[in-house]
Amino acid sequence: MKRGAAFYAQLAFTLLVCAFLIAPVILSILAGVTVNYQSGIQSGFTLRWVFAVWDGYRDTIFLSIGISLACLAGTLILGVPAAYALAKRQNAFSRALEELLVMPVAVPGLATALALIVTYGGAGGFRTSWSFILVGHILFTLPFMVRSVLAVLSAIDLKTLEEGAASLGASFWQRFFHIVLPNCRGGILAGSLMVVTLSMGEFNMTWLLHTPLTKTLPVGLADAYASLRLEIGSAYTLVFFLMIVPLLVALQWLGQARQAKFVAEDE
Amino acid sequence: MTDSMKPLAITLTGCAKTFADGTKALEPLDLVIKSGETLVLLGPSGCGKTTTLRIIAGLEQPDAGGTVLFDGEDVTPLSIEKRNVGMVFQSYALFPNMSVAENIGYGLRLRKTPSAALRARVNEMLGMMRIEKLADRRIDQLSGGQRQRVALARALAVRPRALLLDEPLTALDAKLRDALRIEIDELLRRLGITAVYVTHDQAEAMALGDRIVVMEHGKVAQIGTPRDIYQRPATLFVADFIGTMNRVAGHVAGGAFVTSAGSIPWPEAPARATEAMFRPQDVSIADDGAAHLKGTITAAFFLGDRTRLAVDVGGDKPLILEAAARRDFSHGDPIGLRIDPHGLLSL
Repeated sequence: MKRGAAFYAQLAFTLLVCAFLIAPVILSILAGVTVNYQSGIQSGFTLRWVFAVWDGYRDTIFLSIGISLACLAGTLILGVPAAYALAKRQNAFSRALEELLVMPVAVPGLATALALIVTYGGAGGFRTSWSFILVGHILFTLPFMVRSVLAVLSAIDLKTLEEGAASLGASFWQRFFHIVLPNCRGGILAGSLMVVTLSMGEFNMTWLLHTPLTKTLPVGLADAYASLRLEIGSAYTLVFFLMIVPLLVALQWLGQARQAKFVAEDE
Repeated sequence: MTDSMKPLAITLTGCAKTFADGTKALEPLDLVIKSGETLVLLGPSGCGKTTTLRIIAGLEQPDAGGTVLFDGEDVTPLSIEKRNVGMVFQSYALFPNMSVAENIGYGLRLRKTPSAALRARVNEMLGMMRIEKLADRRIDQLSGGQRQRVALARALAVRPRALLLDEPLTALDAKLRDALRIEIDELLRRLGITAVYVTHDQAEAMALGDRIVVMEHGKVAQIGTPRDIYQRPATLFVADFIGTMNRVAGHVAGGAFVTSAGSIPWPEAPARATEAMFRPQDVSIADDGAAHLKGTITAAFFLGDRTRLAVDVGGDKPLILEAAARRDFSHGDPIGLRIDPHGLLSL
């Protein structure tokens, strides 16, 4: 097939944009393993900075993973039933509620964080524990879970499916676990990926909510860039990638495992 | 129904339904569904037929004062999952997350049926609906007709006390609809199960129903066997809704019904009749001398095996009749008609 000039122009443009986006990632990773970034890569490669990050910031990494998984659990427990309730009752009230849920995304994270501090800052144990950050993260990520599950639930004829199950003798909880949940699996997976990535990378709100003992990964990253060598900050970015990419791949794999099994059965 | 028990009898008394927005879907209804019969609820959309079915199923509660009895036992407060009725929906309502066999076995699984018995019953159902080969398919890999077979198998697998069908054939194309209608008819007769079938299609109703309930605006217009309803419609609405009914205006004089287009001999005419009604098949084409009515052809539709004619005899609507296909008719031709006096009706 002969391709015209327009094809090559588009290809060149696409590659250019990719290069523009990917170059900083590569440079940042390189900076993290370079002995001295000022003198360039001829100064040689080292894992010194990576180990330094691991020694100094290991706790922030585990805390971030812990918070993002707790946040996922929270949004699953709150968000999936909320989406189900919203899908079942389509009226003015439910639509208003749906819009209200999105507020923490529209309002700047700093404002939400300030409101939380003003209201609950006095509760000592709560203010200094990581669950204070968790509350902020759940507020911020909940709409993403609700929206993606709701989109899937609105696309299937939920009412008739449930009536069909009820006619066969299924109680409310049996219908919820046998019919509703399996059929919004795709939405739950999409929502989960969003929630974990957003929670992991959340900075705005966390910056205000954290205490010296409850630093998350992005807050630690900001610290590292602001107060230490550029190489340490870059090595931190590298560690961040190493942590989050396998987690996301695992989530995606978990969600697709059953689908793949279905396809195999049809052959 | 279980195999050894007598099929269920259902009695509705004073069942009305007003929806939350104030719409009155159903006027107080009394209805007795006999053990083992197939009762068809027939009417145009919005006539209350689906609401009636949903009240029987337990998917809707009747307004206060209405009761639903299953074999004399009051089941009004029971929700659908406690009534043990099989339900077949227009949109099938098959579970996309389960295979065909899992769908059919779902009700048995809920009843904690041992797995060997469950598998045996699912296979029996697959065989009964002749869909053995589809057992492992996913729902989105099935055609409409196959889906409806799965839905029937799923509803019957749990041996329900009654089978409720809500426009089960409406989503299918005409040819498949005819084939499945015959299958459903055979199935219902073989099982002897009490069945309530909702449809807006009068041909389906006539073919399947032991009795038909014709409904209009939330009220029963007539209850009777297909023959009763066709031959002795109780109201104009029923006459028009079931098949084609011709109407001519006139008056009775000397054993005949006199119209502006001629007079029809009618020895048993009710003296006060101002309108005579008859079906297309009671009209034949006649020479001028033997004709009762004279008119002109306003339309002719060649249907292959016959020709359907519309004939103007001076009323607001033309008469509809059918003629042999061999003859050619054209618009504007004069035509003479004879009416069989046994086919004449008045209300």
